[in-house]
Amino acid sequence: MREMQRPRFGLNVGRRERQGLDPVTEPVALEVPGLNLFYGQKQALFDIKLSIPKQRVTSFIGPSGCGKSTLLRCFNRMNDLVDGCRINGEISLEGQNIFAQGTDVAELRRRVGMVFQKPNPFPKSIYENVVYGLRIQGIKKKRMLDEAVEWALKGAALWEEVKDRLHESALGLSGGQQQRLVIARTIAVQPEVLLLDEPSSALDPISSLKIEELIYELKTRYTIVIVTHNMQQAARVSDYTAFMYMGKLIEYGDTDTVFTNPTKKQTEDYITGRYG
Amino acid sequence: MNNFVKQDSLKQWFKSGAPGIWLSGGAVAIAVIMTIGLITLIAVRGLAHFWPSDIVEARYAVPGAAPRMIMGEVVQVEDVPRERLKSAGLPVAEEGSTLMSRELIKLGNRELYGSDFVWIVGEWLQEQKAPKGIIVLERREWGNFYGYLVNVKEAGKVVAEGEAALPEMRERLKRIDSLASRISRIEKVEISSVNHEIEQLRLQARSLELNERLDAAAQADLAAERSELDARYHDLETQLNALRQEFDRDSLTLRDATGQETEIRLGNVVHAYQPNAMSTFQKLGFYFAKLWEFLSSDPREANTEGGVFPAIFGTVIMTLIMAVIVTPFGVIAAIYLREYAKQGFMTRLIRIAVNNLAGVPAIVYGVFGLGFFVYVLGGSIDQLFFRASLPAPTFGTPGLLWASLTLAILAVPVVIVATEEGLARIPRSVREGSLALGATQAETLWRVVLPMASPAMMTGLILAIARAAGEVAPLMLVGVVKLAPTLPVNLNYPYLHLDQKIMHLGFHIFDVGFQSPNVEAARPLVYATALLLVLVIAALNLSAVAIRNRLREKYRAIDN
Repeated sequence: MREMQRPRFGLNVGRRERQGLDPVTEPVALEVPGLNLFYGQKQALFDIKLSIPKQRVTSFIGPSGCGKSTLLRCFNRMNDLVDGCRINGEISLEGQNIFAQGTDVAELRRRVGMVFQKPNPFPKSIYENVVYGLRIQGIKKKRMLDEAVEWALKGAALWEEVKDRLHESALGLSGGQQQRLVIARTIAVQPEVLLLDEPSSALDPISSLKIEELIYELKTRYTIVIVTHNMQQAARVSDYTAFMYMGKLIEYGDTDTVFTNPTKKQTEDYITGRYG
Repeated sequence: MNNFVKQDSLKQWFKSGAPGIWLSGGAVAIAVIMTIGLITLIAVRGLAHFWPSDIVEARYAVPGAAPRMIMGEVVQVEDVPRERLKSAGLPVAEEGSTLMSRELIKLGNRELYGSDFVWIVGEWLQEQKAPKGIIVLERREWGNFYGYLVNVKEAGKVVAEGEAALPEMRERLKRIDSLASRISRIEKVEISSVNHEIEQLRLQARSLELNERLDAAAQADLAAERSELDARYHDLETQLNALRQEFDRDSLTLRDATGQETEIRLGNVVHAYQPNAMSTFQKLGFYFAKLWEFLSSDPREANTEGGVFPAIFGTVIMTLIMAVIVTPFGVIAAIYLREYAKQGFMTRLIRIAVNNLAGVPAIVYGVFGLGFFVYVLGGSIDQLFFRASLPAPTFGTPGLLWASLTLAILAVPVVIVATEEGLARIPRSVREGSLALGATQAETLWRVVLPMASPAMMTGLILAIARAAGEVAPLMLVGVVKLAPTLPVNLNYPYLHLDQKIMHLGFHIFDVGFQSPNVEAARPLVYATALLLVLVIAALNLSAVAIRNRLREKYRAIDN
């Protein structure tokens, strides 16, 4: 309840830190010079151009079906799994085109971690969930795994709650704990970028706030891209905001400017709740 | 008009859905009643067989013929119309009630009377009584004998008579039991192992000959081994003959209902008991001993007596081997179809083919198994690996492996379908979670998807067992026989003999019920064996269900 009464950060804190940011001058983590995406015959993304700055939180907002999740899922090539999905263009991670031939998709996905809307822990123990990615990499030493578990769970602010029941099933955790476990699982493989696809939309307000708090702490180490429906959340946690509408990127800039002084009419309408 | 008042009309009743509920509830009720009725019928008929019922002695007076004494066990009593008995040529009186009772009596003593069951007319039985002195001998050959014990002989000399005969016989029966188990041990274990080694030696010689390496030195070696084995065999044979002589030493004299005396070798007697003198408690003890004998011993007398252990064993081991073959095969096929194959016309075609495969009559699989597995595959295996024993086939003849394989292809469609459904049910989010951590598709499959789909695979296996364990028709062609001399698992290398023929409960039912020379004696056994088959299949299924439920608990899908 403490978090509810006295949030450690909020709109004001964020605003003070965010003043004077410019996506163009910052070091870039992900560069999208121009991207079109088709589901079969239907085009879902139209000529997206943007660059995601390093160790900042960038949020994608927009009405349902505007393509923000689709764009997010391009960054770790999750769209490869969708039948009939075709991509035209490129995305570069640290200067390398992730769609280039011969790209190791598994390695890309290790570097660009993803947390989904619904908590999706594996039906294994808490411990096994966290070390899953490490086991995939072939790490077997118990000491290394133990350390990673503690580090990742502390990083996801879950350690204190689960340290006595690491070997119990992860499915016994609450929704919010499961989502933080998924975040722990993702950071355990030490990715460079964290993609969060509406990470708190299935959670209660308290768990949701905990996730936001976590995002705030994680951004010192990771580049974070978050898709959210909740504009207060976007305003609270993100440094940059991109507004999308009908598969097009309408406006992209630092969060303060987008929320207080949008340049496009559509952005303003959406933010003020006139549609969406 | 008030729309909220319920109209009491037929139309309303149909609209409410009540007839549908009654119809479906009724269908379920009928199915349940039929199943329970069937199992109860089988259980009552089958289990009653082992009860030691009283033996009656009576005078049977057919009008117009001299009365004779009969002794036996009443097996069945029924009422038949007088007309039918008359038309059967029996001298039935003209007047009287329209129905007459007719009784089936088990007379035993087959060597004296020819057939051991007889139908008699109940009205003509006189002076029915059940003397305590009647003794029943269950014999290794010739079925039961009913009579009074007169004396016990040792090597032709009377050693006990009258009152003393009974305890003397009991004492000597114990000796017979221990001799019988020693003889069976020598025959089944020791001689069988020597025979096995002699056969191996012969095959070794033959294969050396085929490779043209059978020179004088090898021949001498083989001959030395051979003579050693021959000596061992001879030794065992001498032991066996000595035991057999011991076995045949004693004999009993019994007097039957007509007063005729018959001498019976004690070695031929399995059990001797006096049902009329037994208390209910003793009968109960005897009943369970008989039941255990039925489950644990070998059949006797063309399968109409004794136990069915080899058939139970054959059924179980064949089903288990089938499960071991069918599970990986079906699961791998389902994984390819669901996870790797490009979904389209071809996969749809394959799915249709798989579903149709499940509807092919079982005998067709039998013919396929015989033609392909036994002759083609088995024949080739013999040519490649067992040339030494040709022309006698090793795998080129029906056997356990081919029976299991035939059942496996018969059951593989259900495993494929169940596994595919299980794979389809794994939430997409869990797969994505694994892929997002840098796992490849194969790693995701192995570490997350397959464990989560394992309950569905077990469901497939349960259905496969249910389908395969009760199947008989194809098995007659590919490896199940009336009487297998040895179990497919024994102490001779390689311990599990996949090339051997086996016995099977389903085939046993068919054989005992319809191919047996003594139908009346076999009938209760058919019921008992049917009950046992149902129980064996239920046990196999329940153990698979238990494993599945444990897996389900472990890999409970995220259901939010």
